[in-house]
Amino acid sequence: MLRFVLIGILFGIALTQGEIVSWYRIAEMFQFQSFHMYGVIGSAVVLGAIFIQLAKRLGWHSSEGKPFDIFKYPMGWKRYLLGGTIFGMGWALTGGCPGPLFILLGAGYTPVLVAIVGGMIGTILYALVRKHLPH
Amino acid sequence: MDILFSPWPWYVSGPLIAISMALLLLAGKRFGVSSNFQTLCTIGGAGKISDFFQINWRERKWNLAFVFGSIIGGAISSFLMRPGVGVDLNPKTAELLESWGMQNPGEQFAPVELYSAEAWTSPASLMILLVGGVLVGFGTRYADGCTSGHAISGLSSLQLPSLIAVVGFFIGGLTVTHLVLPYIF
Repeated sequence: MLRFVLIGILFGIALTQGEIVSWYRIAEMFQFQSFHMYGVIGSAVVLGAIFIQLAKRLGWHSSEGKPFDIFKYPMGWKRYLLGGTIFGMGWALTGGCPGPLFILLGAGYTPVLVAIVGGMIGTILYALVRKHLPH
Repeated sequence: MDILFSPWPWYVSGPLIAISMALLLLAGKRFGVSSNFQTLCTIGGAGKISDFFQINWRERKWNLAFVFGSIIGGAISSFLMRPGVGVDLNPKTAELLESWGMQNPGEQFAPVELYSAEAWTSPASLMILLVGGVLVGFGTRYADGCTSGHAISGLSSLQLPSLIAVVGFFIGGLTVTHLVLPYIF
C-alpha cells in the first residue's frame, strides 16, 4: 500500500506545484488564453503513449509479471459524449476534475469538501437512473 | 532549489503525470481517479441503494491509498513549496474574470469566491461547488472515466471512446464557461 501512497504524493505535488488544481488555470484553458493546460495534458499523453507502445513492443510487464492493466473501453459514443459533457460542466464550475478535488483538500481549500460530497451524490444519482440512460 | 519551489511549467508537470501513470501500470494497476467516488459510496453503505455499489472495495484500496497520497502531496506543495503564491494568469483572462465580478483573479491560488474560508458562509458559493461536484460525479460514472481515465490513460493507449469523452469534456466545459460562469459571480 505504501508505494501507492508515494505515487499519490508525487501526483499531488506535480498537480499543485504545476497549478493544474487551480480553478483559474481551468478557466484560462476554457477561454483558450493559455497553453499551460494543453501543454500539461498533451505532454502527459504523448509520453504516456510512448511508454505504453514501448512496453508493448519490448514486452515490459507489471511487477506481478502480468501485462499492463490497460482498460479497453467498449466501442460506442453516447455514454462517452453525454457523460463527458456533464462532467465537463462540473469541471468548469468547480475548476477541478476528481484528482484535483481531493488534492485541493490537502492544499487547505476546505470548501472543496462540498464538491467532493457532491461527487458522491452525483455517483449515487447515476447509479439510480443509469438503466434509463442511453449508453 | 529555486526551481523546485517556484511554480512548475507544463513540461515538468505533464511528464510527471505520465510518470505517475507509468508507475501505477508497473505496479499492476491503472490510473483513474473518479472510480474512487464509487468506492467511497460503497464503503458508506450505498450497496443497499443500488447494485452498482456492490463491488469488492478491498480490491480498490490501492486507489484510495493513491488518493490519500495525492492529498498529502497537495499539502506538501501548498504549505511548504509555494505558500501564498498566486497564479500568473494571462492578463486577458484576469481582466475577463474581473469583469464577471471576481476579486483579484490570480492573486491567490484559488478564487476567494469559491475556496476561501469565507466561502463556507456563502450559500451561492456552496451551491456552485455542490452542483459542480454532482455533475462531476454523475458525468464521470456515466462516461466511465475522467481526465485521468480518459484524457490521460485512454488517449495514451489510443482509444477512440476516450477521444469522444474528451470532446464531451470540452463541450460541457466551454458551455458552462461561456454561458454560465459570467453570470454567477
